[in-house]
Amino acid sequence: MNEWLDRHMGRLFLAPAVTLILIFSIFPLVASLIMAFTRIRFSAGGFKTRFVGWRNFDKQFFGSEQFHLLGTFTHISILGWVVGLSATAALLWWMWRYIRGPFWWFGFLGRLITLGMALALVWMFAATLLSGNQFGTVGTTLFYVVVGCALQFLIGTALAYACSQSIRGKTAFRVIFFVPMMITPIGIGYIFRMMADTTKGPFANVWQWVGLKDFAWATDPWAARIFITIAESWQWIPFVFIMMLAAFENVSRDLIEAAELDGASPWQRFAEITWPSVMPIAATVMLIRAIEAFKIVDLPNIMTSGGPGIATESVSLQAYYAWRSLDLGSASAIAYILLFITVVICVSFFNLVVLARVRKQQ
Amino acid sequence: MTPKRSIFEAPRIGQMSMATKIVLYSLLLIWSAFVLFPIYWLIITSFKDAADVNQGPFFIPFVDYQPTLHAWKELFVNDYEDTLRAYFNSIVISLSATALSVLIGSMAAYALSRVSYAPNLITILYFIALLALTVLAVTIYQVDWRLASAVAIAMFFFLARAVGNLYQFQLHNGDILFWIISQRILAPIVVVVPIYIMFQSVGLLDTHIAIIITYAVVNMPIVVWLMYDFFNSIPRDLEESAQLDGATMIGTFREIVLPLSRTGLAATTLLVMILSWNEYLLALFLSTSKAQTMPILVAAMNAGERGILWWTMSVAIIVMIIPVVVLAIFLQKYISKGLLVGAVKG
Repeated sequence: MNEWLDRHMGRLFLAPAVTLILIFSIFPLVASLIMAFTRIRFSAGGFKTRFVGWRNFDKQFFGSEQFHLLGTFTHISILGWVVGLSATAALLWWMWRYIRGPFWWFGFLGRLITLGMALALVWMFAATLLSGNQFGTVGTTLFYVVVGCALQFLIGTALAYACSQSIRGKTAFRVIFFVPMMITPIGIGYIFRMMADTTKGPFANVWQWVGLKDFAWATDPWAARIFITIAESWQWIPFVFIMMLAAFENVSRDLIEAAELDGASPWQRFAEITWPSVMPIAATVMLIRAIEAFKIVDLPNIMTSGGPGIATESVSLQAYYAWRSLDLGSASAIAYILLFITVVICVSFFNLVVLARVRKQQ
Repeated sequence: MTPKRSIFEAPRIGQMSMATKIVLYSLLLIWSAFVLFPIYWLIITSFKDAADVNQGPFFIPFVDYQPTLHAWKELFVNDYEDTLRAYFNSIVISLSATALSVLIGSMAAYALSRVSYAPNLITILYFIALLALTVLAVTIYQVDWRLASAVAIAMFFFLARAVGNLYQFQLHNGDILFWIISQRILAPIVVVVPIYIMFQSVGLLDTHIAIIITYAVVNMPIVVWLMYDFFNSIPRDLEESAQLDGATMIGTFREIVLPLSRTGLAATTLLVMILSWNEYLLALFLSTSKAQTMPILVAAMNAGERGILWWTMSVAIIVMIIPVVVLAIFLQKYISKGLLVGAVKG
């Protein structure tokens, strides 16, 4: 028995993790996919399921829920045409360059999927945002991901770089900057609602002075979106900060001082030595942040309940609302659409940014 | 005559000029203010009562307004049952989920970093099929779970070799690692409804154990990812000599590897603990009243008829933050060290 245990110990170490992940994330994933193709009706004695094919997806993409998920499409403005066509041309040129180079059918297929997703998103934006139409939850989620991650990355990296210099009170700054990450998102939602209150909040006098006393940020779509982005950034900048600080502190001091001896300016030292050596970590940090940002649900739920209208609703929140109204089929379909978008964008980012550097080095 | 220098140029190698220092410190101080002010506001709001909040912004206790313990009393004297139950639930759930996740996750990470696996794809598919049948039998057909798992385990061991010989296609450590880590991409909303139905059918909805297991699984990819890099950075000589002396894998893991990886474990534990302490969406689905956690309690305070009671809300949020902040300040020095390894290698 003991001998057997010893021989199979490697497998026994791995088995619990694999089994748990299979039961609690792979099987639900499959079940969810099945549910996305059914309609579930609750009746007195339980529930009835009926297979409805692509109807749940059809409703989201082309039917009554199109405005909710993708946005309202009426016409495309001139600006929309210009941006859409130039982006299409750029993407096709990028694809053409790949086809001309060393061809590999797996890489080609992957790029084809990336291209399709990019084109769909570009035209979605051209037809909604750039044409003066309202955009749906996919657009809102992408806004949170792109703007939020960019903001967090810039500020977090700047703070980390400042903190990696020889300054006093490093530990104190580090502890202070880390605090927001520990606060529950629910708490952050409420704290920022207090902050933003134009009559009773701490900045009431400032609002009054600017003449925004009667302005409620929760009733203006863009103000609400930006406010949620600020709250989210406040929470997640510490994460970028901690990771980037670790990266900056790992850069060899000797190299930097040698460059300083040779007369390199501070900017040159940053651009030529520090940045290239932290770049791989920066890409990984961005990837992790983006993956988490796609899941955003608690902040919009707490701060605005997705309003005004659907202006701040993320895809996760839309799926949650669908579940709450017992429309399980739609909830699963929406969740799967989110999963598909997340996977395509994150894998493309990983492949084209993170791995591209690795390939170049080899 | 000295050459003309820019104000940002350092007077000596390895030092900063005055202008650089001013820019740096003002950046750091402004950000500290931006981080600390909302927390300061939260704390003073918890000592206000309705009038102090509604009559406009008051900033400094004792000067602008008279602090009261009104809100604290309301939460801990009048509603103490609800508050303490949620608090206790949160503590139990986050501690157990973290322990489970870190234990199982670091075992898997250790195995992946030391043992080389070459499982056959067909064997894996057979394993998955058996597991799926077991889960189906337990949830839908209400078979006793002990019986079902015993049958499945027996089936697996008797037929694994035979099935595996059908077709050979081997996976490697990298594939398994990637598969585990990639689970983090899954938004909880995708899997939560089937999990809800699963727990409902075995009657575990609104219990601690359901939330504990779910949190442990959701956070396992992070544990595996961080600990895998950490274990890889530990030199293997000690373990190899221990194995020469006849130590078993579990013995080496417990006696040598775990003590050596304290920093990594501390950072991982803290991260997972924060994530499960603050988690909202899954708890919203899986708990209704008995197993309600703090985030749900806080979120539910919005539902009152009198609008949001900012003062009690602040108390609840403060009470939620305190344990994590204390823990993090104690473990502060491990965090950067522990994450450093993961970040640099990752």
